[in-house]
Amino acid sequence: MSSRIPLPYAPRVLELFRNPQNLGHMKDATVSATAGSPACGDIIIIYLKINDETESVIKSSFESYGCASNIASASQLTILIGKLTLKEAWEITWKQVSDKLGKLPKIKTHCGSLAVGGLRRAIRKYYSEVNKKKPDWLPEEITKDEKHALEEEALAEKMKKKYVL
Amino acid sequence: MEMKSVKELLEVHGKAEKDCYFDWENGSIVDVEVFNAMKPFFLEKGYGNPAITHRIGWESYEFYGIEKEKIANSINADSVNLALTFSSTESNNIAVIGTTRLDKKRKKILVSSVEHLSVIHAVKALYDQGIKIETIPVSHNGVVNLDILQEKLDENTLMVSLQSINHEIGTIQPVKEAIEIVKDKDEDIYFHTDASAAYGRIPLDFLDLNVDFGTISSQKILGPKSIAGLYVKDGIKLKSIYEGQLSVEILSPDVEYMPLLAGFAKAVEIQFNKFKEINEHTLKLRDKLMYGLQTTIPRVEINGPEGHHRAPDNVNVSFLGCEGEALTLESSMSGIFASSGSACTSRILMPSHILTAIGRKPEEAHGSFLMKLTRLNTEEEVNYTLETLPKVINRIRSITGGIEL
Repeated sequence: MSSRIPLPYAPRVLELFRNPQNLGHMKDATVSATAGSPACGDIIIIYLKINDETESVIKSSFESYGCASNIASASQLTILIGKLTLKEAWEITWKQVSDKLGKLPKIKTHCGSLAVGGLRRAIRKYYSEVNKKKPDWLPEEITKDEKHALEEEALAEKMKKKYVL
Repeated sequence: MEMKSVKELLEVHGKAEKDCYFDWENGSIVDVEVFNAMKPFFLEKGYGNPAITHRIGWESYEFYGIEKEKIANSINADSVNLALTFSSTESNNIAVIGTTRLDKKRKKILVSSVEHLSVIHAVKALYDQGIKIETIPVSHNGVVNLDILQEKLDENTLMVSLQSINHEIGTIQPVKEAIEIVKDKDEDIYFHTDASAAYGRIPLDFLDLNVDFGTISSQKILGPKSIAGLYVKDGIKLKSIYEGQLSVEILSPDVEYMPLLAGFAKAVEIQFNKFKEINEHTLKLRDKLMYGLQTTIPRVEINGPEGHHRAPDNVNVSFLGCEGEALTLESSMSGIFASSGSACTSRILMPSHILTAIGRKPEEAHGSFLMKLTRLNTEEEVNYTLETLPKVINRIRSITGGIEL
């Protein structure tokens, strides 16, 4: 039980951990996406209900298996999403999430990244499975935050190899 | 982060109606009697350096001799065989690094896969000097595999390090049998036991055990931090691993500090005079807590052995579907203080190496919750915890929702 680090979260993380906004499974979601891995102890699901005509979010919610900053990041992200258009939601960055949380401790920045990665995954899924008119603003290549989510998923394996005695 | 924000964080956190402290593995207070024993040595007594020839120095030296003997008696050792150090970590490092300087030909050190990181990392750090670590696997209860230990012993084996009790899952290791196996094979292989978690929990007789090195710690028996011990068998010429002036202590070239010694000796007196009583007390609380949690909360698994194979002070359970850091935080807000082997509580984002070694899946390790019991814990605290934790677990599981692990 060594290798601990102090994690003095900003108060906002604790507030959202205690009273998470937009928590829970969404039965009537248009689309949902999962990011993270059980090996890392860090999984989120982002649910979006989308207005197909305006291509904007009607409501969003999340579920999280993870630490306090994971829960707060996902909740903060859904607050930022509000009723944005998908194009606007796509542009939310992990840094915006982290800033709104009073800056996540360095070791926890991946939590913000994972939430944003999950959101972008959901948006891509929407344009590939529900509304098949892929917009111009949606990049072909995966973005940095999506890459972070993928890296997070690969991290457990990598660290396992490095750390196993 | 600025200190101002930490203050705000604590304000947002607030305080529960009651504080129940079970995180003795990671931090402890001293017993009030220990504090009272230490106090005069801060203010009026024993401030002289015991290595200096004047009255004040001799007064320190006299006190030092008497108190150190009390500590040595607790492990059935002579004072000359007990080196005082500043921590278990230092003791473990001296044992590992010091041994590599005693015998420069042998290069293999065997440790169990559940050793404390102050042993594992101390050995790994010697890689550049050609020292190789080999780990001995453990059973699903954390018991070291003695057959594999025997198979791995060879002419290149320098040392075996096996803790007496695992600090995280409470496994009592078959140290006596392991020492017999090692010494039967080759008398020249050194044997070290880190007895920090065992000290004051099970009887320890280092002389009878025929062990070469043994680590004990003041903090683990509610004495002050920053003082610990390393037993060194007669005839082994271990040297300090850092340099300084000559002092009374051979392995720590510093000036001996009497308040710490006074506190350690008092803690020994309390713990060992009431040995049976204290261990019966914690054992009763342990079982009430461990089985109480298993009965009232669904999907709970016990980490480590049960009954008399388990340390009397150790409760470690996994709440499936809960992530450990969220769990320790939510319980902290309810006034229950414990720790977790979850990845999110570690810098490396990997779950505890001990839970991994006993075959726990990541999602089981992530939900682990470690509570330790001391003579300062009460039945009332255990009752409060049994009432409160089901609510804590329910809330964390409600956030996890439908996520399948």
